[in-house]
Amino acid sequence: MSELNYDIAIIGGGPAGLAAAHSAYQAGAKRVLIIERDRELGGILQQCIHNGFGLHKFQEELTGPGYASRYIKLVKQDVEVEIMLDTMVLEVADDKTIWAVNPQKGFMKITPKAVIFTMGCRERTRGAIRIPGFRPAGVFTAGAAQRMVNMEGYLPGKKIVILGSGDIGLIMARRMSLEGAKVQGVLEIMPYSNGLTRNIVQCLEDYDIPLHLSHTITKIHGTERVTGVTCAKVDDKMQPVPGTEFDIECDCLLLSVGLIPENELSQAAGVTLDNITGGPVVDQQRQTSLPGFFAAGNVVHVHDLVDFVSEEGEIAGKYAAQYAAGTLAAPVRTIAVTAGAGIRTVVPQQIVVPDNPTEPVRLFMRVAKPDKKVTISVTSNDQTLVERRFPVAKPSEMIVVEVPAAKLLNSGEQIAVSLQSKQGGEA
Amino acid sequence: MAQCVKKINCIVCPLSCVGEVILKDGKIKEITGFTCDRGNKYGEEEMTLPKRTLTTTVKVDGGELPLLPVVSKTTLPKDKVMACARYLSSVRVKAPIAVGDVVCSNILGLGVDIIATRDLGVSSAN
Repeated sequence: MSELNYDIAIIGGGPAGLAAAHSAYQAGAKRVLIIERDRELGGILQQCIHNGFGLHKFQEELTGPGYASRYIKLVKQDVEVEIMLDTMVLEVADDKTIWAVNPQKGFMKITPKAVIFTMGCRERTRGAIRIPGFRPAGVFTAGAAQRMVNMEGYLPGKKIVILGSGDIGLIMARRMSLEGAKVQGVLEIMPYSNGLTRNIVQCLEDYDIPLHLSHTITKIHGTERVTGVTCAKVDDKMQPVPGTEFDIECDCLLLSVGLIPENELSQAAGVTLDNITGGPVVDQQRQTSLPGFFAAGNVVHVHDLVDFVSEEGEIAGKYAAQYAAGTLAAPVRTIAVTAGAGIRTVVPQQIVVPDNPTEPVRLFMRVAKPDKKVTISVTSNDQTLVERRFPVAKPSEMIVVEVPAAKLLNSGEQIAVSLQSKQGGEA
Repeated sequence: MAQCVKKINCIVCPLSCVGEVILKDGKIKEITGFTCDRGNKYGEEEMTLPKRTLTTTVKVDGGELPLLPVVSKTTLPKDKVMACARYLSSVRVKAPIAVGDVVCSNILGLGVDIIATRDLGVSSAN
């Protein structure tokens, strides 16, 4: 068995892990290891061949593989960063020992001074949404189909129905159309789409694909292969309305019904998770409830823009490097950050305040429902620390509000973030 | 000739304004509803010459993966996107390939090159 020592071990070589490695190296970490289970770095970006990535980070529009290449090049130039591909982490112990396995080295014991979790997320499946019917072939998650079409060269079907109008579902509607399949329709249980407007326009409207809002699938037909689905309108409580059913013929059903942070390793190590985000509770340095364990990207909370994933990776890398070097400043106090009225999630959930705070804290949040002309306020003990107005706010688009360092000094033990709607008062 | 009104959902920024372009005798008479100049410009372009970026894949011989992701270097006329995708489904390239390599120059005579969006090495099986 190989025994290996590092300053920092990063689990997952997608956008968060790459940014974390580069930033840890720049912050002076000497031995940095990226552990990746796939045959190459880049994570899910490698199958997201569409454009629209990097507008914030690189001020240009890149494709997923293009965005990944930029970071892979940076990391490969970082002489202290080691990359271990085809490697599966089996367990992370609470003393930071990592047990991993790969075909070259076999079973390994890796002992880093700090761990960064960047495992990303995975898709909710048919099981998670309990659609009745047989279990025929031809039912895929949208991301699995994306990998088949874009990287492996298989078309999962020729007549497609997509359930869920999140961005992956919309992107796949266009992708399947370009590959010659007929997309019969997209069904969304909510009264609004969870995808970006530009995707509704460029992926559905451009290809005349109908979007059925407030609709769901009540039955999947077919025994060997999917032959069609029964759809129905849903009421305010998201229950199918009897009498509104109609059938759509298809040989393939794609599910784009949400993403779940992948936290088996972090949870088994003893990291506290947030029930709503599904990811670890972190402070603004992206340190989890266990000292020396950091986390960044979709493993913490599901993002819509990779640029923010990279930003989070950079934060985790920088502070993990300080932790490994023993220079991470001890906090004088901790502030709890909570999501108040109209806000569904806020990350970080905690702010650690050093003796003399100099760095602003960026709060990443999602609103509970779409709204226009809203004010988001960050308050503590009835005192407003920051107030920002937004012309539009949608659950699908993450909002960032920055709290200046000086404001942290005035804050109490708790900070709440809430939304005031111009149209209906308190949301 | 009759007047025609076309509703357009702007995609320039997250505001997502819904504007209207009013056509008379096939010409733009008025653009309303957008809240900035970029929106007005988008509305005009969507009516006169809508453009899109194309991303798809081409087949690779001897590569570590069977497919190479590609992108149109600039936007293409929207009504030519499908024809370009069809054409690219018959294109084959040979590994190794570097990001930015031209996979197809001047596609369908439209003056736009199609380029690789990643490096792709040679298959270790060869």
